[in-house]
Amino acid sequence: MLKTKPDGKTAFDVARYRKDFPILAQKVYGKPLVYLDNAATTQKPRQVIDALREYYETENANIHRGIFYLSERATEDYEQVRTKVQQFIHARASREIIFVRGTTEGINLVAQSYGRTSIKRGDEIIISAMEHHSNIVPWQMLCEEAGARLRIAPINDEGELLIDEYEKLFNRKTKLAAMTHVSNSLGTINPVRQIIRVAHRFHVPVLIDGAQAAPHLPIDVQDLDCDFYVFSGHKMYGPTGVGVVYGKAELLEKMPPYQGGGDMISSVTFEKTTYNVLPFKFEAGTPNIADVIAFGRAMDYLGAIGYGPLAVYEHDLLACAAEALSRIKGLKIIGTAKEKASVVSFVLRDVHPHDIGTMLDRDGIAIRAGHHCTMPLMDRFGIPATARASFAFYNTKEEIEALRRSVEQVVRVFK
Amino acid sequence: MNDLRDLYQELILDHSKKPRNFGPLKGASHQAEGYNPLCGDRYTVYLNLDGERIKDIGFAGSGCAISKASASMMTAAVKGKTTAQVDEIFTHFHKMILGKPGDPVDEPKLGKLAVFSGVCEFPIRVKCASLPWHTLRSGIAGDGKPVSTE
Repeated sequence: MLKTKPDGKTAFDVARYRKDFPILAQKVYGKPLVYLDNAATTQKPRQVIDALREYYETENANIHRGIFYLSERATEDYEQVRTKVQQFIHARASREIIFVRGTTEGINLVAQSYGRTSIKRGDEIIISAMEHHSNIVPWQMLCEEAGARLRIAPINDEGELLIDEYEKLFNRKTKLAAMTHVSNSLGTINPVRQIIRVAHRFHVPVLIDGAQAAPHLPIDVQDLDCDFYVFSGHKMYGPTGVGVVYGKAELLEKMPPYQGGGDMISSVTFEKTTYNVLPFKFEAGTPNIADVIAFGRAMDYLGAIGYGPLAVYEHDLLACAAEALSRIKGLKIIGTAKEKASVVSFVLRDVHPHDIGTMLDRDGIAIRAGHHCTMPLMDRFGIPATARASFAFYNTKEEIEALRRSVEQVVRVFK
Repeated sequence: MNDLRDLYQELILDHSKKPRNFGPLKGASHQAEGYNPLCGDRYTVYLNLDGERIKDIGFAGSGCAISKASASMMTAAVKGKTTAQVDEIFTHFHKMILGKPGDPVDEPKLGKLAVFSGVCEFPIRVKCASLPWHTLRSGIAGDGKPVSTE
């Protein structure tokens, strides 16, 4: 919602958007909730919550097989969301869109299905030093099983990928690269186009972990030319339990199923099973129908705001938060890349992040404290943990001021 | 702020900033490591046992204010005590931090450790306060296995 200000510029009507999020109106320990853990999961607008209720109240049926009214409607709505995702990320075809539980399951799908058939003894997989555990462990498991080697592209002290060092890791043994689009701990936006171009020069396919990018940046998988792109619905205002794997059709066609069961088959005899076509080959069992349909509403909601105005507003919040926090004595921001999404990780001299988290919580402020599932990254910076505030378009500068005041209070208590 | 003051009492803040018996104990007869993988708190407790009696104790490591203060005050509380007395103090301490706000606290048994009574209002911080104690008990048991809260 854009309002025209007297000077002719348009303002982002955050108050209007906040009304769409019922949870934001509550008080915590008597203080207004200040929700700054959006990188972990975002809150859900009424439109998404209503979609879930509507589905269960009026439409619930199993999909793809029922020959009755409700099933046909549910199937149509579910499949429409697939098309919506295709348009949202600019994929060539909807059969390149596979629904999973979330980014973690998506990466595991690629590691198990693509990885187990393509990665052999002595092969190498490249990831970066800023990956989330979910983009480390599935590859480690695969490497262990196949006898392959995981190689780590280093980052600088600002938290930016060293692209030259990354490029040097490639050789004839390299068979896959898996990189995050946006770092969950640092906020760094990686130059994914360049990352992909380098890998493709060596004929190496690339998986992009888009869990932290999808809520902030428009995604165009054809423009990026990535081979796999994986993201979660719940980090972009949708329900938990829905994620997406995009894969180039020519790769997905060659990949074996991830799980066996109903819906992923064409025919089954005890002698031989023929698998279903894309994307159903990868969706065994009854999928998360209700949450997929509600996720469609989340994409509609984001689409109505538009990534342009959203990015401008969130960038303003980021700059405001970074400025306010860096004025606090003894506070150091971890992750100062030039290109950043709205995540501010910080440490406070002599104060453990968990003590910061507990104290802020009693002021109604929800931040994350810990290693953020990036333990190797914490090691890289020589710290056990950080406190992390991550912002969404419904956060305000008043909330950043509340954060600053609360952190100042922590400093006073621990002086 | 009131319940926060219950948790971060002056005595706790003092011990977290200036931990007592801090540093490895030379010639320790027993030692054990404790680790909380959720927050990265990591401590080693060193003991010099004379039969059943703790002649000397020290600890090293890092973590949040609650865990560090708990380790520091624990070392002060158990020095010179027998292992049976340690068990008894721990039983009372554990009951207190897992209790409900307002539950009676056995101050004669716990002494200064009663300052941790506020921890029970913060369930996710209970492990911070108990980690040093589990580590100590593992050291006494002498099984040499690192203690993990998970």
